[in-house]
Amino acid sequence: MELVVFSLLNGIVFGLLLFMMSAGLTLIFSMMGVLNFAHASFYMLGAYFAFQISQAVGFWPALVLAPLVVGVAGGLVERYGLRRVHKHGHVPELLFTFGLAFLIQEFVVLGWGRVGVPYRVPEILNFPLFTLFGTNFPAYRAFMVLISIGMFVALFAILTRTRVGLIVQASLTHPHIAATLGHNVPRVFMYVFAGGTALAGLAGVIGGNAFVTNPSMAALLGTIVFVVVIVGGLGSLTGAFIAAMVIGIVQTFSVALDVSVGSFFGLLGLDLSSNSIFYEYWTLTLTDIAPVTPYLLLVLILIFRPMGLMGKRET
Amino acid sequence: MTDRAAGSVRNIAWASYLRSYGLWVLAAVAIFALPHVFDSRANQSMFGQMGIFVVFALSYNMLLGQSGMLSFGHAVYFGFAGFISVHVMRIIESGFAFPVVLLPLFGAAAGLALGIIFGSFSTRRAGTVFAMISLGIAELVGALAFFIGFFGGEEGISGDRMSGPSLPGLSLGPQIQVYYVIAAWTLVAALLMYAITRTPLGRMANAVRDNPERAEFIGYNTQRVRFRMFALSGMFAGVAGALFAIQFEFLQFNNIGVAASGSVLLMTFIGGVGFFMGPILGAILVTFLELELVNVTQAWLLYFGLFFVLMVMFVPAGLAGLIMRHQPIWRAGILHKLAPAYGLALVPSLIFAVGAIGLIEIIYFTSTRAGLNTVMSVYTITFDAVKPLPWIIAGVVAAGGFVLCRLTFPTVRKVWDEVFLEAMAKLNR
Amino acid sequence: MSAKRLFIGAVAAAGVGLGAAAANANETIKIAYQEPLSGPFANIGTAGLSDFLFVAADINKRGGILGHDIEIVQFDNKLSGQEAIIQLQRAIDQGIRFLLQGQSSGIALALGDAITKNNARNPDNRILHLNYAAVAPALTNEKCSFWHFRFDANVDMKMAALTNYMKTQSDISKVYLINQNYSFGQAVEAAAKKMVPANMPNATIVGAELHPLARIQDFAPYVQKIKASGADTVITGNWGNDLTLLIKAANDAGLDVKWFTYYAGASGTPTAIGKAGVGKVFMITEWHQNVLESAELEEFVNRYEAEYGDEFLFYRSKNTLEMLKLAIEAAGSTDPVKVAFAFEGMKYESELGTVEMRAEDHQLFQKLYVSKWSDNVKYSQEVEGLGFETQGVIESADTRIGTVCKMERPS
Repeated sequence: MELVVFSLLNGIVFGLLLFMMSAGLTLIFSMMGVLNFAHASFYMLGAYFAFQISQAVGFWPALVLAPLVVGVAGGLVERYGLRRVHKHGHVPELLFTFGLAFLIQEFVVLGWGRVGVPYRVPEILNFPLFTLFGTNFPAYRAFMVLISIGMFVALFAILTRTRVGLIVQASLTHPHIAATLGHNVPRVFMYVFAGGTALAGLAGVIGGNAFVTNPSMAALLGTIVFVVVIVGGLGSLTGAFIAAMVIGIVQTFSVALDVSVGSFFGLLGLDLSSNSIFYEYWTLTLTDIAPVTPYLLLVLILIFRPMGLMGKRET
Repeated sequence: MTDRAAGSVRNIAWASYLRSYGLWVLAAVAIFALPHVFDSRANQSMFGQMGIFVVFALSYNMLLGQSGMLSFGHAVYFGFAGFISVHVMRIIESGFAFPVVLLPLFGAAAGLALGIIFGSFSTRRAGTVFAMISLGIAELVGALAFFIGFFGGEEGISGDRMSGPSLPGLSLGPQIQVYYVIAAWTLVAALLMYAITRTPLGRMANAVRDNPERAEFIGYNTQRVRFRMFALSGMFAGVAGALFAIQFEFLQFNNIGVAASGSVLLMTFIGGVGFFMGPILGAILVTFLELELVNVTQAWLLYFGLFFVLMVMFVPAGLAGLIMRHQPIWRAGILHKLAPAYGLALVPSLIFAVGAIGLIEIIYFTSTRAGLNTVMSVYTITFDAVKPLPWIIAGVVAAGGFVLCRLTFPTVRKVWDEVFLEAMAKLNR
Repeated sequence: MSAKRLFIGAVAAAGVGLGAAAANANETIKIAYQEPLSGPFANIGTAGLSDFLFVAADINKRGGILGHDIEIVQFDNKLSGQEAIIQLQRAIDQGIRFLLQGQSSGIALALGDAITKNNARNPDNRILHLNYAAVAPALTNEKCSFWHFRFDANVDMKMAALTNYMKTQSDISKVYLINQNYSFGQAVEAAAKKMVPANMPNATIVGAELHPLARIQDFAPYVQKIKASGADTVITGNWGNDLTLLIKAANDAGLDVKWFTYYAGASGTPTAIGKAGVGKVFMITEWHQNVLESAELEEFVNRYEAEYGDEFLFYRSKNTLEMLKLAIEAAGSTDPVKVAFAFEGMKYESELGTVEMRAEDHQLFQKLYVSKWSDNVKYSQEVEGLGFETQGVIESADTRIGTVCKMERPS
């Protein structure tokens, strides 16, 4: 019971965080077709900017300002970099973001050094919210949950209830028609890219102090955001939300359960003695393979349902 | 026809032969001579590594350039074959009589087998689905390599290439011998891959890349074409992996994951995916930069990133594309007419580069320096980096170079266009 | 900077030719320092570099080695095995006979293998591996080599020291092990599973966990498991993000345990641990800022900090170079074989007592310190007012454990 409650709780928190990190990417990828390899780097930028701004004026202004700064940076990158590459196709775009990730990494090292910065949770949120079975649930985690749910609701409202959102929606599903209708698609692209990176920046603002803020934080996040986007399905924010929750919960449960591959086969009535040549594979526990489960999910989903969980179209 | 006319025809034939095949002769001489000219062992092993990555990048381009499949997991086949080869090397060490120079056969088999397995389900679709499956596989295999004994975990596994039967005079001890073995295999693999582009399969792959619907419509099974190209590409990646095993006698988890796959994608793209020789150029240049830049400057990652971003932005057809644009001009025999324009472009570019590099070095030094020492030297000029003067000088040089570039480049472009038109006119006559 | 030096290096290497011993009077003794010096893991490489540069400058001030100055030549291996092997070749090409390396046991093992092959294949271009930080037991056991010398205590020795200290603490009874799932983490776990029962009769291991290296963002599920086990103490070999995120998640969840670590003092970690870890985080090292037994050493460290504006981290860099100096002087040459034989069994009076290089496996034995992250310290580390405070001293003799090393020596 205790195990299930906590795993669920931790899984949901982690899933929401994943969603927050990948929401921007879903927009960018669905709309522009750009596999933004620098997305995690914008997340990192968000954390560093938030640290810098909160040094000067405190956490709350930073919560608003840092994502804006990241968004402006993202918009500039789109306007003066990506747009230029766009006409050559998706591979050059992707490689552009590849190179950009290097540059942002170096920018951070030059600006703040190779060792991390002490970006901390604001004192006002630094207390245990409640205690369950003797374990504290920090208030800051609740705050993170609120922010990411708020973000989901706001994005959803913008996309379905506003004019801009409708144009974006239209471009998501039918990019060419949107252009023929006279919308300035390049400008929409720029705003989408700016918005998407700003969301990554926001994730950085509240993830950077919950976890770590150092030059390797982007690498630590890795390619998991792609998994969320693809598994969720192209063009679907809801899909990304569900995918993030599934991945978060699956990963947490696989850590919590001490089940090995062999014991699973044991349940099926297969006896695998320890001198079998594949012994080491049977002793792999779920915990061992926890970090690769999202990728397993990715491959399986793409084989059996190439449009993802909630996707509206294939690429 | 008079004798003189025949003579001049022969001369023209010679000249055009030289224009068409001169490069190949030059390349052959370079392959043979380079490791003797730059004869330190580090250089020889760098040349060997270039050969390995030439094969790897060419095999990658069978997917990206020829069949339109973007893979983030090609190092899986390279790495798997490499690990198999090291394991075979260890078996050879314990008595299996097999010459190490033929290990790439094992590598090819391993790469092909894995390519068939993974290709069977991942090539059903092209586009993003294929790309993302390859990413997933690369992440899975890369992570598993960390804790499964076959891959030796973080330490990797190592063997000894000097074991087993050896051909006379080929002990594989000295680096130079390893280089020639790699060069020979590279040549064989490159020729085979070139031959494949000429087969019906190679042609069909292009058709499937350009217009899958039409290829399907006229009766080709696009999935089967992709699958075959994928499996073959895995096979050649396997050859490269085995060569890697011979050269380094060691493989590690990071030779098999996403990072290694990204690196071959960069090489291929920088070289140019549209041309057979593109990946060759890309592999050579990127390997050189990866190995050498780090010894020249601490800011190599920054330059590396800048280089890629600029290449993607301004030379999207890659080095080969850049070179091939000059081909008509070269064939028309008026390449020299570009020289003044290029000279005009070169000077401001150099000025800009000198200023920008100086500035980057100063910024890098001041923000990452160890300790309180503020004296550095760039271009053998020693100065105090926290004083404003060096910053101003470097900044002014960079800005000046930039302005000059903006001023001269339109002229250069104009000359280029004129020369190009002249060449086309000459060739079409 | 290095383009020029590389050029000079190449010229010098050409000039020296084959006989390293034939160096003339104003020739420097070059020592390669090969670590990741760029990219995301650069800080672990650059941290040690300035320490070695300072120690080398100190030795040069005293007249160098046999009248030659030491020159530290940097090589960046980007923490990749294949780059490490190429950079090794480059160092050998430049006529360098000594290699300082230690970050990552995986790299150390790959280099060890490459060095063994090189030294067998190219007897005129041999090189010695002076390992100041890679602590996998294998390096001085199954995979020991005549060409490798280790100046840090290995995983097993540190675990022996830790458990011998822990048994004196009456409030330790339930121990949890959490480590990174790769060679080093597995070695820590194996050592703890052996030594906790052997050395701490009153304690039991209530759980052991291996987690993926450098891939976990949120350690909350792991912390939950620790909590569920009822542990009062955690032993971990984690370093970098994996350590700071673990401790952070534990603090968030209100998990009140003692942390016995190997790398809490590594560059960047104290900053991340901060105030929240005071009194809870312990570490085992050969030295830390607040070992004040030798006024001479304290003065040396202060001099370093005045010059570099940063903290001195690796006391073993001093032992390494000072012992190399003695070995070269005893051998009368820089010939790697002679120097290696001179190292074997060498005793050296360091500021903190006698250290000894065991001939059998080339492992150095030295005093070890258990310290605690504390606000009651003379010298702070990274965070103003906080630093490590000695809790227990383990004499060099008590860190001696056996080895299975069977070394092949050149005749």
